[in-house]
Amino acid sequence: MLLIHCPYCGQRPELEFRHGGQAHVARPADPSATSIDEWADYLYLRENPKGLHAERWRHVHGCGRFFNALRDTTTDVFVSTYRCGEPRPDGGSAR
Amino acid sequence: MQKFSAWSLLKEAFGGQQGWQPQWRRATPKAEYDAIIVGGGGHGLGAAYYLAAEHGLTNIAVVEKGWIGGGNTGRNTTIIRSNYLFDESAQLYDHSVKLWETLSQVLNYNVMFSPRGVMMLAHNVHDVQVFKRHIHANRASGVDNEWLTPEQAKAFCPPLNIGDNIRYPVMGAALQRRGGTARHDAVAWGYARAASALGVDIIENCEVTGIRRDAQGAVAGIDTTRGTIRTRKVGVSAAGHSSVVLGMAGVKLPLESFPLQALVSEPVKPAFPCVVMSNSIHAYISQSDKGELVIGASSDAYNSYTQRGSMFINAHTLAAICELFPAFRRMRMLRNWGGIVDVTPDRSPIIAKTPVKGLYVNCGWGTGGFKATPGSAHVFAHTIAHDEPHPINAPFTIERFRDGRLIDEAAAAAVAH
Ligand SMILES: Cc1cc2nc3c(=O)[nH]c(=O)nc-3n(C[C@H](O)[C@H](O)[C@H](O)COP(=O)(O)OP(=O)(O)OC[C@H]3O[C@@H](n4cnc5c(N)ncnc54)[C@H](O)[C@@H]3O)c2cc1C
Ligand SMILES: [Zn+2]
Repeated sequence: MLLIHCPYCGQRPELEFRHGGQAHVARPADPSATSIDEWADYLYLRENPKGLHAERWRHVHGCGRFFNALRDTTTDVFVSTYRCGEPRPDGGSAR
Repeated sequence: MQKFSAWSLLKEAFGGQQGWQPQWRRATPKAEYDAIIVGGGGHGLGAAYYLAAEHGLTNIAVVEKGWIGGGNTGRNTTIIRSNYLFDESAQLYDHSVKLWETLSQVLNYNVMFSPRGVMMLAHNVHDVQVFKRHIHANRASGVDNEWLTPEQAKAFCPPLNIGDNIRYPVMGAALQRRGGTARHDAVAWGYARAASALGVDIIENCEVTGIRRDAQGAVAGIDTTRGTIRTRKVGVSAAGHSSVVLGMAGVKLPLESFPLQALVSEPVKPAFPCVVMSNSIHAYISQSDKGELVIGASSDAYNSYTQRGSMFINAHTLAAICELFPAFRRMRMLRNWGGIVDVTPDRSPIIAKTPVKGLYVNCGWGTGGFKATPGSAHVFAHTIAHDEPHPINAPFTIERFRDGRLIDEAAAAAVAH
């Protein structure tokens, strides 16, 4: 089991958390002005990197809050966790 | 190709088994091929076989980064069935089941297809309703699937606990009698052997690291750890690594890769006559011809390429197995492992042309593509040979996500099988 660092509660076992998919996916501000391809990308296209992944987690069985994490998908090592609204710490693409 | 027959077995038995030849040629990459398949799993090897056998393309190669069958083909729990909900899926999976039925004869290689029946357990009212809906839909499209009461389910599978004092009592089951299992390695080896005999080069230990394009953007070749190879057609069948390989041509698909695990017990005498799946409590089980109980767990909750998966997922599955089959409580588990499965938003595969000319993809099989191996390989070969999909895979495009024409099999396929 992984230990995940909640930015609010500290280190807790993986079972207390729920994975929330890719982080920094912004809903287009004006959907009716968005092209059909961009809309499809927003709905369905996710990064699937073999390497660093910026993703959302929720500490469901703890403080209940969402936060973001950078995890290496080749090792599952958490490089860092950070609060929602903060930029991706490695400066990587935040589509 | 050395034919297998009762006579050849007998002859070798008396000759001390010294006369067997390698099953496929150990090929080194040529400078150029008419088409290259990336990924030596069952899907890729099968596509190469059908390209050679049915479309006359024999100057082709399968390029595999490890050894053939070392991906999900050799890691799965081999459940075969076709009782999916939508017509498009039922056609695709049933095309495959029909090919399974004669595959050993066609390849002259025993793939040990065993239609012993696949039974899916219902544990709550929702399951009952969903399964009955599937049964009606399947029957309407000519696919066998029938409803069993708990007593009938127990008669079909005697080790099953249908007591009502367990946490998730069995409320009935859907049974597809034509479903069953096959021997995973044999599928890869059988296709490799037959393809190699037709002239296909099977190139192992050769990782694709780049896809070359010409000035117009069309496919011109691939870069590999064993050099550059020219070709105008590349078919990608790389399962969990589809995003990585397609990324080499700048193509992004709606895929996420997750670890999925399985485990086997110590071998015992025949004790389990069929395949049982429980989607609701994430457990499925069958017994191999070697005698091991083959048990599948659910996938991890987050995308990863670690090819191992979390321990508590297995513990969860074993708890369910022990409750449903109390006789197995004291059995010891021998091995567990993981594979990386590529999952689409609608849990249906993509078998299609890509926006890049000459680049084709067969991916998104997620947790359930072994059953589809012959059918998918067959229609993928057609797609590559004709630069047009076969009618059976025509709905399984990339554009369906843009156009909202999803083939939503989440209910049929959300669990790993
Ligand atoms: C634990 C587990 C249980 C499962 N149970 C079932 C089941 O009961 N029933 C069912 O129908 N399905 C099941 N599945 C799913 C099934 O295994 C897959 O959908 C199917 O086997 C995929 O076959 P494939 O040939 O596409 O992929 P694979 O066999 O994975 O082949 C892909 C190949 O591509 C190679 N490759 C990747 N990248 C590169 C590269 N850059 N260069 C060269 N080669 C590359 C890989 O090494 C691999 O050998 C299960 C999967 C797992 C992991
Ligand atoms: Zn917290």
